[in-house]
Amino acid sequence: MCDTCGCNVTHGNAHLAEKKNAQGHSAVSVLTDLLSANDRQAAHNRRHFDGHGVFVVNLMSAPGAGKTLLLEATIDALKDELRIAVIEGDLETENDAARIRAKGVPAHQIVTGTACHLDAHMVHDALHHMTLDGLDILFIENVGNLVCPASFDLGQHRNVTLLSVTEGDDKPAKYPVMFRTADLMLLTKTDLLPVLDDFDPARAEGALRALANPAPVLRLSAKKRDGLEAWSDWLRAQLARIRASDPAIRAEIPGRPPRFRPVNPKPATQGV
Amino acid sequence: MHELSVCQGLLDQVARVAADHGALGVKHIVVRIGPLSGVVPELLQQAFPLARAGTMAADAALMIEELPVRVHCDACGADTEAKPNRLLCGECGDWHTQLISGDELLLASVELLKEEAHV
Repeated sequence: MCDTCGCNVTHGNAHLAEKKNAQGHSAVSVLTDLLSANDRQAAHNRRHFDGHGVFVVNLMSAPGAGKTLLLEATIDALKDELRIAVIEGDLETENDAARIRAKGVPAHQIVTGTACHLDAHMVHDALHHMTLDGLDILFIENVGNLVCPASFDLGQHRNVTLLSVTEGDDKPAKYPVMFRTADLMLLTKTDLLPVLDDFDPARAEGALRALANPAPVLRLSAKKRDGLEAWSDWLRAQLARIRASDPAIRAEIPGRPPRFRPVNPKPATQGV
Repeated sequence: MHELSVCQGLLDQVARVAADHGALGVKHIVVRIGPLSGVVPELLQQAFPLARAGTMAADAALMIEELPVRVHCDACGADTEAKPNRLLCGECGDWHTQLISGDELLLASVELLKEEAHV
């Protein structure tokens, strides 16, 4: 997949990859050229979101963990209270955006082609197709993949990583780079727990703590509309925190990949 | 992951260093990588010959120094080595730790070929 093919050169950032031999830049001793270009674009996106008072959530998981169903249930639960919009990322089809639009919420589909993750430039392009005015929460549903999306800051305020109980409860141990970035881990499809005797929620949480990640863990079944209140409360609390915060708090940016954090970071601050 | 484009980013940086020093070519490139950078050293090494073709570093060798994962414990204050998926304090076992090494992706040094060099 992305291991050797360079698929993270997407249509959004190809112009950066191509000017390989650009002159006139000063030498730097950090080799994050392509990703630091992404980081700069992400910071631009974040300023844009902050300017509109929009709380932006990056949803990440393996394919089929239930990101789109979670969004549908969330919209049903909160649409009378909060104005929501969605950016969908998939390799192909408009299917997910169509599902969101059917709920009466604006959605823009990014079709990535072969790229297995979203990057900040693709999100920036998507913003030209939608308005942020009056929005409360923008969800960015990343491409289903537990590897690549972890490395690309989109400008989000929080990362939410879904782990469905039909997967292994050791996923955080298998994908540490991804689960280290989670500001909230959502265990989904929990209505199936009674018939799945090999998934232990406590073990999943233990694997997350072993990554030194203090993120809260919530259980939820979007299909049975179970556990949505705690999830909604978390969203409300984070929205209030982002809106009330001064720039210094926003700059903590817990959702950013750890690699981009300052050398001496403050301890990760968790919301409610 | 992303090793090919990481290589391209690396070679951009190397090309700039070479240009700044008026070099004719690049002989050695040394990078330092931590396991939690998300970059796999073996894959970076494989991608390098593809990425270097046609650049100033077309004949360069890539050396990768792998850095250990180390954490600082907020509970007992110890600095210890850890595994990428088990960032617990090696002294007291607490999980309230901060990563102090292991997610690096650094260009360490570049050895350049210069016209006037009498080697």
